[in-house]
Amino acid sequence: MWDYSEKVMDHYRNPRNVGKIDNADAIGEAGSLACGDSLKIYLKIQNGIVTDAKFQTFGCGSAVASSSILTEMIIGKTVEEVKKITNQDIADQLGGLPPEKMHCSVMGYEALEDALQNFDNMIDLDDLREEKVVEKIVCTCFGVTENMIWDAIKHNGLKTVEEITNYTKAGGACGKCKGLIQDIIDTYYKKEEAENNLPQLSPAQRILKINNVIETQISPELRKDGGDITLVDIDGDKVLVKLRGKCSGCKNSHLTLKSFVEMTLRETVDKNILVIEVS
Amino acid sequence: MSLIYLDNNATTKVAPEVLDAMMPYFKEEYANPSSIYDFAKKSNHAVRDARVAIKDFVNASSEKEIIFTSCGSESANTAIRGVLNMNKNKRHIITSKVEHPCVLNLYQTLEKEGYKVDYIGVNSNGELDLAQLEQAISYDTALVSIMYANNETGVIFPIEKISEMIKSKNKETKFFVDGVQVAGKIPIDVQAAGIDLLGISGHKFHAPKGIGALYVNSKTLVTPLIIGGHQERGKRAGTENVPYIVGMAKAAELAIDSLKYELTEVKRLRDKLESGILKTVYNSRLNTAIANRVPNTTNIGFEYIEGELILLHLSDLGICASSGSACTSGSLEPSHVLRAMNVPFTAIHGSIRFSLSRYTTEREIDYVLDVLPGIIEKISSISPYQEELANLKRLRNL
Repeated sequence: MWDYSEKVMDHYRNPRNVGKIDNADAIGEAGSLACGDSLKIYLKIQNGIVTDAKFQTFGCGSAVASSSILTEMIIGKTVEEVKKITNQDIADQLGGLPPEKMHCSVMGYEALEDALQNFDNMIDLDDLREEKVVEKIVCTCFGVTENMIWDAIKHNGLKTVEEITNYTKAGGACGKCKGLIQDIIDTYYKKEEAENNLPQLSPAQRILKINNVIETQISPELRKDGGDITLVDIDGDKVLVKLRGKCSGCKNSHLTLKSFVEMTLRETVDKNILVIEVS
Repeated sequence: MSLIYLDNNATTKVAPEVLDAMMPYFKEEYANPSSIYDFAKKSNHAVRDARVAIKDFVNASSEKEIIFTSCGSESANTAIRGVLNMNKNKRHIITSKVEHPCVLNLYQTLEKEGYKVDYIGVNSNGELDLAQLEQAISYDTALVSIMYANNETGVIFPIEKISEMIKSKNKETKFFVDGVQVAGKIPIDVQAAGIDLLGISGHKFHAPKGIGALYVNSKTLVTPLIIGGHQERGKRAGTENVPYIVGMAKAAELAIDSLKYELTEVKRLRDKLESGILKTVYNSRLNTAIANRVPNTTNIGFEYIEGELILLHLSDLGICASSGSACTSGSLEPSHVLRAMNVPFTAIHGSIRFSLSRYTTEREIDYVLDVLPGIIEKISSISPYQEELANLKRLRNL
């Protein structure tokens, strides 16, 4: 017996936006038949705004409710806004989910993430598209990857293996991967602690360090793809940079900036750093 | 909205006659049956008579072979631990892959304690692999433990045949049968079936929760699980739960009287429900063979949809059933029973168990048959596997 909220019950009884969109601009999937739940989400995107969303779900009451409310949450929003939605947002909108059912909201988040990734890839005509990295699977029973676990810890502040299982299903079947999951948790919090304990730098040291990281860690990577980066200025937490070569004008450049340049600087120098591109 | 209760393998309603029989032992006859004054006579005799009733219920040769316990799990734990403790030199146990968790989890614990446990598999009909079982019996086998019928599928195992097999290979091996799912559904005869120990649970046959019994034949020695007073001939300490013991005995008498009804009328309603669903719902499949089942149970898989959602929609209409789906239980694995049977992934998560009782009416079955196809249709329409469903529909309609 689950204590589902009124909202969850309303959504599995009367799911909104069920079905598929024939000429969808983005389609995302998560889960599988073998796992016991799966979700397909279809998006219509015009001028950067999600104008329509539909879903098909194979799963329990909370899986249907999570998918249904997700479509309501994203219709009318810009792609940038939609990208910020986390599984916790989905659960919150539903008035909460039982802990064992949090993986249903995670599935909604994953399908949405998958759709947006496909959308980004579709409009990217550049050959620079990254090779899809084969991810390391931690839980073979449910096909849960290291990144999925990492994301779940990050977005929900999970601390125990049991919580990970509730959110991602990992470790819920044979349990062989529980040790690995514990390792990931330990690594995550060790890393977080290290980030929080980054040494206080004087302004001069800080400039030197940022420049050093860009030259030794970031620039070489970009050069491999035929691009490059130069540091233009540092203004408080803002790091102004200029992309060059193949990177300039690349439609994926904002991704490069945010997920690679900014992340690297945050990890090595200061977690508040904002990277801004100037032309 | 009236309640349609089709989950009688999970628990049953207390029969009104049972409650009536119990009431005096809450109100007036509250004496401890071990006390010596006259006031205790009635409660003492009530327990004595109840023991005879349970003896008759399972056809034991003497009421001394009946131990009252608190539930089916306690009966199983007493039987298994009890036998192993009395045969310390034997370290091997045989059981099935589809036993109830109360037994399976105990065997997993015993494995950690150094016992070797063989888990016998089942075929896609849910029937036990007898050849594998026979082969597994050795000089070192202390115990064979097989359920009489499976709680999820209702499939009855050939207990008599297994008993013969055991006795012909190792006379010292004891045979424990978890009889929880057959009590009140089919006749039990521990002597004819060659059973050494048999556990039952009151609430599965219209007695209340919190009372069970264990049959231990006179040739089998067990140690008590609960140590203390002299009750139950030293096999189970604790003051007798008089009202519940009386209630279970009354329930056993009623069950004996209604066995014929179970085997004819309850079976007819079950068959009507089952064949009705299979006929009207194209993405349904019977997860077992038709024969060799307790008369009240059917397990049906609905393909490409998920069981909890079916149960929630049924519940909205007052219909109670249960599911082998992972989502229902909170565990993440689908039913170990259906997996052992290799039920395909397309159906395993959408498997529903309906279990009837003698209180189930024809009108209730008609109502379920009336509303279920619509529910399945509605849930199927939101499934991402529309193509597969369309193919299935074409195939089944040929």
